[in-house]
Amino acid sequence: MANVQFDLVSPERRLASVEASEVQIPGADGDMTAMAGHAPTITTLRPGLLRVVHSGGADEYVVSGGFAEITAAGVSVLAEQALPRAEMTQEVYDAMIAEAKAAMKSAEEVFKNEPGPVDDAAKLISDMVAMGGHIGLNAN
Amino acid sequence: MPSLKDLKNRIASVKSTRKITKAMQMVAAAKLRRAQDAAEASRPYTERFNAVMGGLASGAAGSASAPRLLSGTGSDQTHLLVVMTAERGLCGGFNGNIAKLARTHANALIAEGKTVKILTVGKKGRDVIKRELGDHFVGHVDLTAVKRISYANAQDIAKDVLAKFDAGDFDIATLFFARFENVVSQHPTALQVIPAKFDQADGADAALYDYEPSEDAILADLLPRGVATQIFAALLENAASEQGARMSAMDNATRNAGEMIDQLTIEFNRSRQAVITNELIEIISGAEAL
Repeated sequence: MANVQFDLVSPERRLASVEASEVQIPGADGDMTAMAGHAPTITTLRPGLLRVVHSGGADEYVVSGGFAEITAAGVSVLAEQALPRAEMTQEVYDAMIAEAKAAMKSAEEVFKNEPGPVDDAAKLISDMVAMGGHIGLNAN
Repeated sequence: MPSLKDLKNRIASVKSTRKITKAMQMVAAAKLRRAQDAAEASRPYTERFNAVMGGLASGAAGSASAPRLLSGTGSDQTHLLVVMTAERGLCGGFNGNIAKLARTHANALIAEGKTVKILTVGKKGRDVIKRELGDHFVGHVDLTAVKRISYANAQDIAKDVLAKFDAGDFDIATLFFARFENVVSQHPTALQVIPAKFDQADGADAALYDYEPSEDAILADLLPRGVATQIFAALLENAASEQGARMSAMDNATRNAGEMIDQLTIEFNRSRQAVITNELIEIISGAEAL
């Protein structure tokens, strides 16, 4: 089966660059799996788990913010925050949750009469909580 | 004519100065490598980001519903200049060059009757510009405590800039920083970030993508991140340039100190010879007089 070239980059470093058989992406509108021959797509990311299956097994990364660019031959994920799942500790997770909550608070203050940004911030938090539940970390 | 003792002291003091500049040069060389690695590591992200944004932007630029970060406010009355310099001195003309470019730019805008606001990053540039344009300062970001520039630093600055933009404080934002060419040359650069400009090289093949959610939603989500990305890239370039400038400045200083030591040593030897000759003359003429 044909493989796709998978790249995961954050602003600070390149986390992965491998030949993958499939990549599961936490898209803003829902999870999607990209394999070879996928239609060219650009999607934004929600906080979640990115799973890459390649010949040596499967890797998981925690990503937040950014977008994925999918072409027939490759998948590039540009995430504002990205870490290997093993590096995702309770402390890092707490910091992320705290940041999201602070963002929600400021959104509530700035956009009192516009529900849009507040809903976005609330969704961000619920996405993070869902992700935490998935990998066995609890939000408080 | 300085005495032998004076000369000796001066040579000793120049020697210890040379030791310091030499050490600073080596520290700068090590830091430069790290800064270059960091700049290198961020490049894939920045390049891909700009490529995708270029495609998106070329599609949306024409439409009336384009986000304000892309199309601008429709006015160019108020300019925000983000001047990025180093936190420390002793790096040759680095800070001065950036400040000079920013000052020329600001003065030209003021002469055209525009309003200029200045946000400084790094205290050296702030000190330089303060004298002339201190009234235009609207903020300052202090990175003294930051050892390694992280994306979070850039995000904080971007958040500040975007909040000002949303509040209608300015129409056009320009970054001033030094682009790193190589160790001996760093170019002070002005880069406009709001409204965003992207190289629209291959807009044609970008049109083939499917967008999830909609194209507009992606653009609205990514444009603010684009500002942070640009600021982050500029900060990294600046950090590398600073170390490069410091390295060559300290290299020069070390060489100058070496030359000075040579000259002083020659002078020292000459006056020692003169003293010896004098003493000999005194002894000989004393002996002859007997």
